[in-house]
Amino acid sequence: MSSRLKEGKENLVERTKIQVKDLSVWFGSTQVLRGVNLDIKENRVTAIMGPSGCGKSTLIRTLNRMNDIIANCRTDGAVLLNGRNILDSTIDVVELRRKVGMVFQKPNPFPKSIYDNVAFGPKIHGMARGRELDELVERSLRDAALWDEVKDRLKMSALSLSGGQQQRLCIARALAVEPEVILMDEPCSALDPAATAKIESLMVSLKKNYTVVVVTHNMQQAARVSDFTAFLYLGEVIEYNDTKVVFNNPSNRLTEDFITGRFG
Amino acid sequence: MTNRELKAKIAFTAIRASALIVVAVACLLILHIVVNGYKIVSWSFILDSPRRGMTAGGIFPAIYGTVCLIVLTLAFALPIGLASAIYFSEYFGSKWSSLVIITRAASNILAGVPSIVYGLLGLGLFVLLTGFGFSLLSSSLTLSFLTLPVIIAASEEALHSVPLAYREAALALGATRWQTVRHAVLPYAIPGMITASILALSRAAGETAPILLTGAAYFLPRLPTSIFDQFMALPFHIFTLSTQSVNPAITRPIQYGTVLVLISLVLGMNLVAIMIRAYYRKRVRALL
Ligand SMILES: Nc1ncnc2c1ncn2[C@@H]1O[C@H](COP(=O)(O)OP(=O)(O)O)[C@@H](O)[C@H]1O
Ligand SMILES: [Mg+2]
Repeated sequence: MSSRLKEGKENLVERTKIQVKDLSVWFGSTQVLRGVNLDIKENRVTAIMGPSGCGKSTLIRTLNRMNDIIANCRTDGAVLLNGRNILDSTIDVVELRRKVGMVFQKPNPFPKSIYDNVAFGPKIHGMARGRELDELVERSLRDAALWDEVKDRLKMSALSLSGGQQQRLCIARALAVEPEVILMDEPCSALDPAATAKIESLMVSLKKNYTVVVVTHNMQQAARVSDFTAFLYLGEVIEYNDTKVVFNNPSNRLTEDFITGRFG
Repeated sequence: MTNRELKAKIAFTAIRASALIVVAVACLLILHIVVNGYKIVSWSFILDSPRRGMTAGGIFPAIYGTVCLIVLTLAFALPIGLASAIYFSEYFGSKWSSLVIITRAASNILAGVPSIVYGLLGLGLFVLLTGFGFSLLSSSLTLSFLTLPVIIAASEEALHSVPLAYREAALALGATRWQTVRHAVLPYAIPGMITASILALSRAAGETAPILLTGAAYFLPRLPTSIFDQFMALPFHIFTLSTQSVNPAITRPIQYGTVLVLISLVLGMNLVAIMIRAYYRKRVRALL
């Protein structure tokens, strides 16, 4: 794990994939995010940690405009993906969500077969059919470290899988539309430690091809998997830095209190 | 037994008794109709026309008219009902727009309007204003209006029972709103929507007032051949036989027979609805 981290650091050119600028979000009259600034680096794992209710989900759901479906949600500021503001009203949200995939807290496979779950995205986007689609499904399942466990029962219901397998299936489903960024909102909070370990190592291997943003309220997880860590508290980014710096030498008292377990 | 236990016991007994009364009344009603009606119901009763001033013969034209009416009402109400329910329930962003609120309120109000009022509405709107005349078309449009609020409310409920997680999963994959509805919501809501629609329709099949004012005929020598023709219908036929005939006593067996046929039709539709639901439940369970 730490060797991987070093490997990452050797590559000195760190391109910004997503730049969050002065982002504020309101639900009705309640302000949930207060002027958030964040540079998310390409091909890195960025963790967003903080106590529950501090706005982690709200922040990550802004990155693929999932908050659009919440009627009373209002957003201010900018989020640049590859330099373009995705909060702009002229942005094609459908195209954006194809580029920025999401994995949810609770595994949410469709009550369809394993194959059909992974094929869902490619089908609606008309990306592949027949043999080509089969290959795409296999590749996605391999990348999600699930292929060996399900290759003999692709036609079986996704709901017959264990919780951890379902979550990896959801990752495979997200990978199948070939996104650039993968957002994960507490992807392990419903899983046991063994399944959690699998997903964590998956996050690390995914950064080779994708930019990964993971929300967690588990700071050990942030320390284990991420290259950069943001500490969010009451809707504000208190600290954002190299994960090692945040954990070994935090510059803010609140961060220190959080990582030493004094609250959270 | 303590005072509290006694009270609980009394309450339970009362609840059970009221439930029993409902079941008993329903059974007695059906039993009474079957006992008095089964003798007359035969193939010739079902397939013949009334004869001798409706004191003899069968009731085929009334059955035919009611079936036509059901099919036409279904053809109008189902697409409009399902589409409105989808619109109300799925187009999140516009959920609070005043148009949706007004339409939803209107739909709720319509559900409480007595059926005779629908009859008058149909008379004014379809028979007179649009010039469809006394016809199958006017009657089935009127019945569609009557069933629409029920279909919409029940379909919305079916849509709401589909987990939000499916919608989020599809949207997050870059599905459009319609693709989300089409592939991640409807497959799980359609059985419930269809079941609810058939149940609503089976109630409409027994309505008399709305068709009386818009197209049902007392007696017709010929079957309707177009949607602009008048028609005979089972509920109206029962009304005619029992109140308008020269000698209601003579037609009594025919009345019972007609009621039996109407009830069988309605119960049959309920049965179909239940079977559709059971079939899809089993299919979903097979996937679990
Ligand atoms: N749809 C919503 N409407 C109103 N308030 C919301 C909504 N979603 C979240 N909130 C509020 O916003 C705050 C941040 O929520 P969230 O981003 O889910 O926190 P976290 O993921 O860090 O636990 C919480 O106080 C929560 O109650
Ligand atoms: Mg959350």
